[in-house]
Amino acid sequence: MKPSCLRLRNIVFGHPARPPLFKDLDFAIGAGRIGLIGQNGSGKTTLLQLIMGLYHPEKGRVMLDDRVIQSRADWCYLRRHVGFLFQDADDQLFSPTVIEDVAFGPLNLGDSPEISRRKGERILARLGLAGFENRLTHHLSGGEKKMVALATILVMEPCFLLLDEPTNNLDPITRKRLVTIIAELDIPMVIISHDWDFLSATTSLIYSLEHGHLHRSETACLHTHPHAHPYGDHPHDHGEHDHG
Amino acid sequence: MNFEQWAEGSSILHGASPHIKLIGALCFCFAVASCQHMQPVLAGLVLACVGLLLAQIPLGSLYKRLFLVNIFTLVCWLTLPVTVPGTAITHLGFLSISREGIDMALLITVKTNTLVLMFITLIATSSVADLGHGLQRLKVPPKLCLLLLFSYRYIFVIHAEYKRLKRAALFRSFKPTTSSHTYRTYGNLLGMTLVKGWQRARRVQQAMLLRGFSGEFISLHSRDVRPADWLILAGALCSTFIVLVLEYSGGAL
Repeated sequence: MKPSCLRLRNIVFGHPARPPLFKDLDFAIGAGRIGLIGQNGSGKTTLLQLIMGLYHPEKGRVMLDDRVIQSRADWCYLRRHVGFLFQDADDQLFSPTVIEDVAFGPLNLGDSPEISRRKGERILARLGLAGFENRLTHHLSGGEKKMVALATILVMEPCFLLLDEPTNNLDPITRKRLVTIIAELDIPMVIISHDWDFLSATTSLIYSLEHGHLHRSETACLHTHPHAHPYGDHPHDHGEHDHG
Repeated sequence: MNFEQWAEGSSILHGASPHIKLIGALCFCFAVASCQHMQPVLAGLVLACVGLLLAQIPLGSLYKRLFLVNIFTLVCWLTLPVTVPGTAITHLGFLSISREGIDMALLITVKTNTLVLMFITLIATSSVADLGHGLQRLKVPPKLCLLLLFSYRYIFVIHAEYKRLKRAALFRSFKPTTSSHTYRTYGNLLGMTLVKGWQRARRVQQAMLLRGFSGEFISLHSRDVRPADWLILAGALCSTFIVLVLEYSGGAL
């Protein structure tokens, strides 16, 4: 059975030699799409890394449904079901060719080379990257790298997605493609972003992270009051909401 | 940086499996390197040139590589004739030039060029990625294969990082001179590149871990042996055989 709820309970954590980030944090991902905002250094990325087990909290637990994630096998189980898109796609694409990188996850999960390849080709086609199979990863453009990185995550058929600033450094066309793709995905997810328009188009709920605490607000609230963002005077898209 | 200028092509050599070519290159390389006579090495040189023609490598593109290699053989030419004892043919001041020394330098030069040309024919006609998988198929320890594949993947990224840092310095009016400020700046640039490389290595390792990596790379490539492989293997082994026969008949055939 696929897990349906991912929870952080009473998390206490701080990076070594720095003030504590979280003193008693609770967080849950169920069915919806959550946007996560907050200042630089407020701990947004750390929060996602705690979920993935890249850092371990001093106190508190990570839970997938009723299973407390503790042992190595638990973490493998969690990572099998939760996909994490890194900020920098270059960190995520380490194989020489695109298809090898996309097939890397399925191969590790025990699929045969033929099945892994087929899965990879299918996901690439779905993301509009058909024909990219034998391209070299380090020769791709920034936007293409981001899309391929997303493909490497989606091919593992995750039950939850964690996206760390996915629209960073993307041109408007690639950004729009990403919005369409993410809006079509039927997977609960958390998106860290400073890109308000992107969040309003893709998420239904916003948490802001301040001083180690999460504050909840609906996405619509973001646009019921005047807001400012870079290049706000340029024509831009506010998604389904018509706020001008 | 261009490591793969000959890796693309439609010749029979481009079509063969990298592990077969690696075996062929290894055999040929040991045979030529062990030669003591000129005749078998010259035969090897001719065979390597035939290989180059078969691989359809434009000969004009070879000069640069051969030039670099022959910088090393130049050192042999400067040292061997005056250091190897034997019949002196002429004297330069207190130094005597020996025939044996010249013969040895010549043999080393021809050997070196033969091996470089054969390696270009057999190895440079595969991409680095394919060679990595070829080595894996030959049961080379996985750590060494990973080292090759990762060096190749990230050398561009690290180089780009270094260039970015250097540009940042240049944009703040940094002019390299012979001064301690320049040395310190370059030291910092290199140090910072190292730190960034290390950080990136950590993030890459995390990314691999999150996708279920457990230490062994599973290859996506098919394990079929192609028809071209048998031809290439036969060609390389025949070449090796010719060189060895000429060598052990004392170079007197």
